Amino acid sequence: MDDWASYERMVLIRCFEEAVERLFSEGRIMGTAHVCIGQEAVAVGVAAALRPGDALTSTHRGHGHFIAVGGDPGRMMAEMFGKATGYSRGRGGSQMMADTALGFYGSNGITAGSMAFACGLALEAQHRRTGRAVVCIIGDGAANEGLFHESLNLAALWRLPLVVICENNRYAMSTPVAAGLANTRLAERGAAYGIPGCAVDGNVVADVRAAVETALARARAGSGPSLVECETYRLSGHSKGDPRAYRSPAEEADAWQREPIRHLEAHLRAAGNTDPARFAACRTRAEQAIAVAIRFAEASPAPDPATVTEGVFASD
Amino acid sequence: MKTFTLAIRETLAAEMRRDPSVMLMGEDIGAYGGAFGVTQGLLAEFGPGRVRDTPISEQALVGAAIGAAAAGLRPVVEIMFMDFITLAVDQLANLAAKLHYIYQIPCPLVVRAPTGGGRGYGATHSQTLERLFTGIPGLRIAAPADAADASGLLQTALRGANPVLFLEHKLLYPLRWKIGGNLPPPVPFGRARITHSGDRVTLIAWSYMAHLCLAAAHQLAAAGITAEVVDLRTLAPLDTETLVTAARKTGRVLIVEEGPVTGGFGAEIATRIFEAAYDSLDAPIRRLAGPNCPIPASKVLESACIPDIAAIAAAARDLAESAN
Repeated sequence: MDDWASYERMVLIRCFEEAVERLFSEGRIMGTAHVCIGQEAVAVGVAAALRPGDALTSTHRGHGHFIAVGGDPGRMMAEMFGKATGYSRGRGGSQMMADTALGFYGSNGITAGSMAFACGLALEAQHRRTGRAVVCIIGDGAANEGLFHESLNLAALWRLPLVVICENNRYAMSTPVAAGLANTRLAERGAAYGIPGCAVDGNVVADVRAAVETALARARAGSGPSLVECETYRLSGHSKGDPRAYRSPAEEADAWQREPIRHLEAHLRAAGNTDPARFAACRTRAEQAIAVAIRFAEASPAPDPATVTEGVFASD
Repeated sequence: MKTFTLAIRETLAAEMRRDPSVMLMGEDIGAYGGAFGVTQGLLAEFGPGRVRDTPISEQALVGAAIGAAAAGLRPVVEIMFMDFITLAVDQLANLAAKLHYIYQIPCPLVVRAPTGGGRGYGATHSQTLERLFTGIPGLRIAAPADAADASGLLQTALRGANPVLFLEHKLLYPLRWKIGGNLPPPVPFGRARITHSGDRVTLIAWSYMAHLCLAAAHQLAAAGITAEVVDLRTLAPLDTETLVTAARKTGRVLIVEEGPVTGGFGAEIATRIFEAAYDSLDAPIRRLAGPNCPIPASKVLESACIPDIAAIAAAARDLAESAN
């Protein structure tokens, strides 16, 4: 994925998330959603480092991760609309979608809830020597769950081909990292398990990609897991209807100066891409793709209520 | 003659020989052979890659097994005491039980859990906690009461595509049954078994309580009271049809359960019978279960918490002889 491809994908994620916020405010979709505006470089940097066959697990704030690895915005939007054509056929909603054919083993509504699951995916890869590596994305809030400790210990103990990405967006819902973490330097947690822990600027897609590639190379070499902290910022609220009273407009304005798409635009311009039309065309393509996705979702049939109990179990 | 323990061990070994995707995970299941000795000898045959000792991390252990199952392995987790499954409820309730319904990912996982009191282990090592899971759609729950069913249900669990909670009562482990040299046949889920036939009173139970109900039925028969005994074998799926038929047959139903009476699965059974066979009942449905307290360690106190053969027989006789 070159810089322009990264840019295109990050803008697509941004447009998807802006549309989600708009659709909620217009009352066209229901339930809840957690958007990742400001965190697009983590999603795209991780996706760029993955190889075909690798697996990714995600969080409640997972739209960007899914789009980054090739999730279809139409089927994702249909899931947001609760339609039968959605990835989870209307059963998962915003925070529970998966497509194992893409290696995307699910966004997850439980904080840290996918960490041990990711260990298990990595265990299968190690046991069967499939060559697969697994990336598990969590947030800073997940670092305080017991599962964080149990999973990293297990992964290190068994030298699993796993990379844990801690997407530190500064807030666990309303709780800033300084109020939730006794040691806010999350990457230092790696030392507790004898594994590499590094922190990168999560708003710089190339830095994310490089760090994840290093960690994945280690995983593939059989040297075990790594912890990569991506420092970013959640520019929107925790979920819809969050008035963000716990932080100041000045802080947000400052964060907007450092947001990842703006950063990548500056990088591209510095590299000689000075034609504003090219940037605008990217944005137009993304907006068109999201408009198509919304039309697909709205035109899709609702699930049949008579099917509500179908699929609780797989066919034995 | 084969113990419950040996039946499970031989079944695990046979399935592991048959299917290389079967992997055991748990605390002290390797060289130690498991807290109750169920996995003794399996490390030597299958090696540490397939008989995996884990740290004391029930959440990660169960979660990792779910992930491995989602990727195509067939993990069998041992939870040392079922009480400790509370530490992994999130992973079972929020992930294993929902993987297929939400994400369409099959989760062929077996979680073995030694249950029950009677050994003086105290409040955190004696519980039967299936009640925490019977209200969570997406989990199968097997609760065998003898060695053949333990083997047959475990074979079914290991060949299925869904998460199965497999209850092994600690007092069943050393008991012996006559079963042949080879594995007994697989036992399908959702088929309760009539272990004793009678027409005066119907006893319904599962796991160790079903074993005790059968013994109580023999006592009752000697006293001239014949009891129909239903061993549920699986709680999920629940064989409502057999329950209702057995209830209709005698018109008098006693449900025997090891845990506290309040919120127990017996309440669900009673309701299903009442809904379907109200007109056939000659007496109110009764429950014999534990009192609403934690299980104490002292033998005399613990005994006061768990139904025994005498209590079952007395309750059944009282019910059989009660007025219409």
